[in-house]
Amino acid sequence: MKMKTLLMAAAASVAFTVPVTSEELEPCDNCADEMTIVSWGGAYSNSQIKAYSEPYSALTGVKIVNDESSNEAVAKLRAMNEAGNVTWDVVDVVASDAIRLCDEGLAEVIDPDSDLAAAPDGTPASEDFGDLLVSECFIPQIVYSTTFGYRSDVAEWNGKEPTDICAVFDLENFPGKRSLEKRPINNLEWALLCDGVAKDDVYNVLETEEGVAQALAKLATIKDQVVWWSAGAETPQLLADGEVVMGSTYNGRLFSVIEEQDQPVKMLWDAQVFDLDGWIIPTGLSEERLNRAKHYVKFATDTQRLADQAKYISYGPARQSSAPLVGKHAELGIEMGPHMPTDPANAKNTFLYNYEWWADNRDDLDAKFQAWLAQ
Amino acid sequence: MSSTNEDHVSNGTMPDDGIMRAADGTPLKQRLAKALRREKLRSFLLIAPLLLFILLTFVAPIADMLFRSVENNIVEDTIPRTVEALAQWDPEYDQLPDEAVFKALHDDLQIAVAERIHTRLGSRLNYESSGMSGLFRKTGRRIKRMDEGDYKAQFIAADKDWGDLETWRVIRRFSAPYTAGYFLSAADAERTSEGIELKPENERVYLMLFGRTLTMSIAITISCLLLGFPIAYLLAHLPLKTSNMLMILVLLPFWTSLLVRTSAWKVLLQQQGVINDFLVWIRLIDDANRLVMINNQTGTIIAMTHILLPFMILPLFSVMKTIAPYYVRAAKSLGANDWTAFWRVYFPQTVPGIGAGAILVFILSIGYYITPELVGGTSGIFISNRIAYHISSSLNWGLAAALGTILLALVMLLFYLYDKIVGIDNVKLG
Amino acid sequence: MSENRGAAVRYESVQKSYDGETLVVKNLNLDIARGEFLTMLGPSGSGKTTCLMMLAGFEPATHGEIYLNDNPINNVPPHKRGIGMVFQNYALFPHMSVAENLAFPLQVRGMSKSEQEAKVNRALDMVELGTFGSRRPAQLSGGQQQRVAVARALVFDPELVLMDEPLGALDKQLREQMQYEIKHIHEHLGVTIVYVTHDQTEALTMSDRVAVFNDGVIQQLSAPDVLYESPQNSFVAQFIGENNKLNGTVTEVSGSECTVEVAGGIKLRADPVNITGVGGKTTLSLRPERVELQPENQMDNMVDGKIEELIYLGDHIRVRMNVADNKEFVVKVRNRGERRKIAKGDIVQIGWAAGDCKALDVVE
Repeated sequence: MKMKTLLMAAAASVAFTVPVTSEELEPCDNCADEMTIVSWGGAYSNSQIKAYSEPYSALTGVKIVNDESSNEAVAKLRAMNEAGNVTWDVVDVVASDAIRLCDEGLAEVIDPDSDLAAAPDGTPASEDFGDLLVSECFIPQIVYSTTFGYRSDVAEWNGKEPTDICAVFDLENFPGKRSLEKRPINNLEWALLCDGVAKDDVYNVLETEEGVAQALAKLATIKDQVVWWSAGAETPQLLADGEVVMGSTYNGRLFSVIEEQDQPVKMLWDAQVFDLDGWIIPTGLSEERLNRAKHYVKFATDTQRLADQAKYISYGPARQSSAPLVGKHAELGIEMGPHMPTDPANAKNTFLYNYEWWADNRDDLDAKFQAWLAQ
Repeated sequence: MSSTNEDHVSNGTMPDDGIMRAADGTPLKQRLAKALRREKLRSFLLIAPLLLFILLTFVAPIADMLFRSVENNIVEDTIPRTVEALAQWDPEYDQLPDEAVFKALHDDLQIAVAERIHTRLGSRLNYESSGMSGLFRKTGRRIKRMDEGDYKAQFIAADKDWGDLETWRVIRRFSAPYTAGYFLSAADAERTSEGIELKPENERVYLMLFGRTLTMSIAITISCLLLGFPIAYLLAHLPLKTSNMLMILVLLPFWTSLLVRTSAWKVLLQQQGVINDFLVWIRLIDDANRLVMINNQTGTIIAMTHILLPFMILPLFSVMKTIAPYYVRAAKSLGANDWTAFWRVYFPQTVPGIGAGAILVFILSIGYYITPELVGGTSGIFISNRIAYHISSSLNWGLAAALGTILLALVMLLFYLYDKIVGIDNVKLG
Repeated sequence: MSENRGAAVRYESVQKSYDGETLVVKNLNLDIARGEFLTMLGPSGSGKTTCLMMLAGFEPATHGEIYLNDNPINNVPPHKRGIGMVFQNYALFPHMSVAENLAFPLQVRGMSKSEQEAKVNRALDMVELGTFGSRRPAQLSGGQQQRVAVARALVFDPELVLMDEPLGALDKQLREQMQYEIKHIHEHLGVTIVYVTHDQTEALTMSDRVAVFNDGVIQQLSAPDVLYESPQNSFVAQFIGENNKLNGTVTEVSGSECTVEVAGGIKLRADPVNITGVGGKTTLSLRPERVELQPENQMDNMVDGKIEELIYLGDHIRVRMNVADNKEFVVKVRNRGERRKIAKGDIVQIGWAAGDCKALDVVE
């Protein structure tokens, strides 16, 4: 877990804020002066617009069109590519989608050291991002985690609060409905972890038929108490409504339920699964547009910009060098450090999900998982 | 015809040759066709924009879908030499392909890697056998560093899966430009070395989902009919002013977004929702035993009945509007009581409306996707949710196309059966 | 309770209002004898159809009572009244064959299959449609549908059959033919028929008695010939057949005759049917065919008139004249073959008997 060490070391450093200055931006030769950026919408897009796009437009005068189609980006990019008319310039996707797009030849291959900015101290980008460069096409941006939130006011729990991931499978001490994502990823790993499999053996076990059966059997013990979600917004809503007592979702969503909406919900950081989100540049762009996209991405993923984004949303910057620059929430004024999944207090026990393994086995396990769900 | 004929043939009389001729001597049929041609051309030009529109937006995508469900050029296009060399290899034989095949693969992959298309082939084959995408990705990285000669050993060194017979059997099995593989997957079957057989039980989903989609669509159609019939009856028999008002209420769901409506059902039906709260409040149910009405089939049926109800009411209403009140009066004057008059005389005349409404609701619900996704949980989702998953998530468009084709065929089959049993001319949409 | 026990149908002080403000039927009293063919005749909105619907049970009476064979039926639902009915649009059930339509009333009465079949066949034979049993109503012509409707109303042997303008949708020739057929069926079966129409010829052709409705009131209830020969008031005179009218003042009444002075000081002798007395206004009613053109003999009334128009109609000639300032005075001259020397603009003498000229209430 080299990545984890990197991240934790970074997060442990002292955080301070540097205001955005109109520093020298290297000029862009032969570049389009308009571009379309695709992201997830909501608070997340907003943080990107505030931290990257607005400063970039101010410095270059480029007109930026924002699209919120990231959840269907893979299918749309493939359709655009088949039609020979790619209208997107930079697309925000999760790492697994980036791998898929790269495999399909739908994303440009990036050379981190020439295409991305080096850290202020001169560390090359490939080193600054380190292990997070999970695909040749992927430009990491944030580290988020899929983790659990629970209601802190459940009477049946008699004052107990869950402290580790296996509370999810413990209906005796923590009765009530839980929400889990309607896909095998993460759920199978958690089930195995709570069924006595060592962290390092999880994927070796899952490789076998028996391992899958073991994971599904563990999940079966709570199956009738599970509400399955497919959109990240569902768990926060279910928690707020009291429909479930605990549920998995992205840590940023829980942050907004807890800090912004002030709901009686707490974080269960144990065995949180780190995941990455970042940019890809679609293939099939004209030279001007490709140059512009690369120019934008280089700016948007430099050390300061990544640190700036954390002011708006509780996701950790993907660069080691950005961590010391993370400051306070732009509106709430609270220190963002402790809300980052990478904060040492939160990251005592983390799980890094294996992209390559899932890229190979996703179709198979998904069929098995869906068949199991439908039983 | 020349003008010389004009003199002796006149006024459409039957000349000796037995052909009816117009006044100018041209055969009457030919003359008529000419006169009608202009008319036909004009009608054609009038519908041409619509025809073009339908061709482009409807026929072409369906044709594309049908094609995608069997198309499999990618293997032959990406590794042509390997496919050719592999044709000599007997997959039943328990020996790896010979060096020639590995050399062909090396040559193919060198080109493919330069064009960055080897991973695409990997993800295609991964649908058939897990691990293929990793295999091609990994091998792609190593291919440049391979030395000339003894490719077999070098490939197996790059990834031991190249030494696995199954890998080669998969490539061999899917090397043809067309494949039934997607359709087999869509029917929960697969082709193994022993022929076609059903997948292991823990991987079967689609047949069950097709069955569920059909049964739940029927349930939704029936509940729409049960709820819609009295409403349509009421609307058809109220004074125009009142019925117009109520009609607006019926149409109201059309004017609110589907997501809003579906979310509203969540608020109503969930365990801490309005209905459960109310039932607990009037002490009908115990707080600990709140009803589960959402994230299951009940939720899907309730929400979809609500959404599709107007499609049942409107055709029923328009048919009932045309049923004159004197039929029921006549029945009563002939001695039928209220129920008999309704059931024997009024109801049969609404059958065209029921047919139209049922077809509309059934076909709409069979392809529904958003509502089951949001309120269906795991037991209330439809086949279309899996199609959507394969389109947007797994990118297995071939399988999505096969599933879509089967769904289309099912709808057409049901349509055909309906025509045989009820008669399609017995359908009145308005 | 009743001075006329044994009537098939009796309306007693029946009133009907739909809106609570106006009466559509005002205090109707009517006895219909068993086996009678009674026609309710009147313009649209006169209340005749409402009376029929109340009898059938589709409209409740607002006030009063209707008796069927001396049993009050206000609270009897339509299907228990046992009344056959033929509707204006036939109301044949489109989803059933002709035979099924006919069998319907028998089925709901729980009759056995064989009995049903026998009755249906008999009814079809009666209306000469014996081979049409398996057809759908839509496959029949208007006249055939009409016959099926009649057969269906009769097939369960009701004692009373109501017909609501049953011939309205047919063309003239077919209508006349059907009139005779219905009349014959009535004579043959002896059922009581209450028939509603706005067509006076139909009423005169078929009925035993005709009730002329206007404004929610029966204006006159008589046999057809009486209705024509002796209208009780101007409305009936106007409504039934063609009619010349002359407005004037009664100057003298003596026994069965009165003298009326009309425009131009002409004094005419008339039958005082409905007058208020000497000095009262009256409208004289005179049938065009009772007027003699250039009479050979002395007649009760002899007047000069100017010929305005001559219309040749084959069997007779219509002569429109100006008589006593009435330019619409019509004389029908039978075509006897001889050529009369009359022409437009001629002033000729016309004459008629005092008994043919009825002095009635005033119409403007």
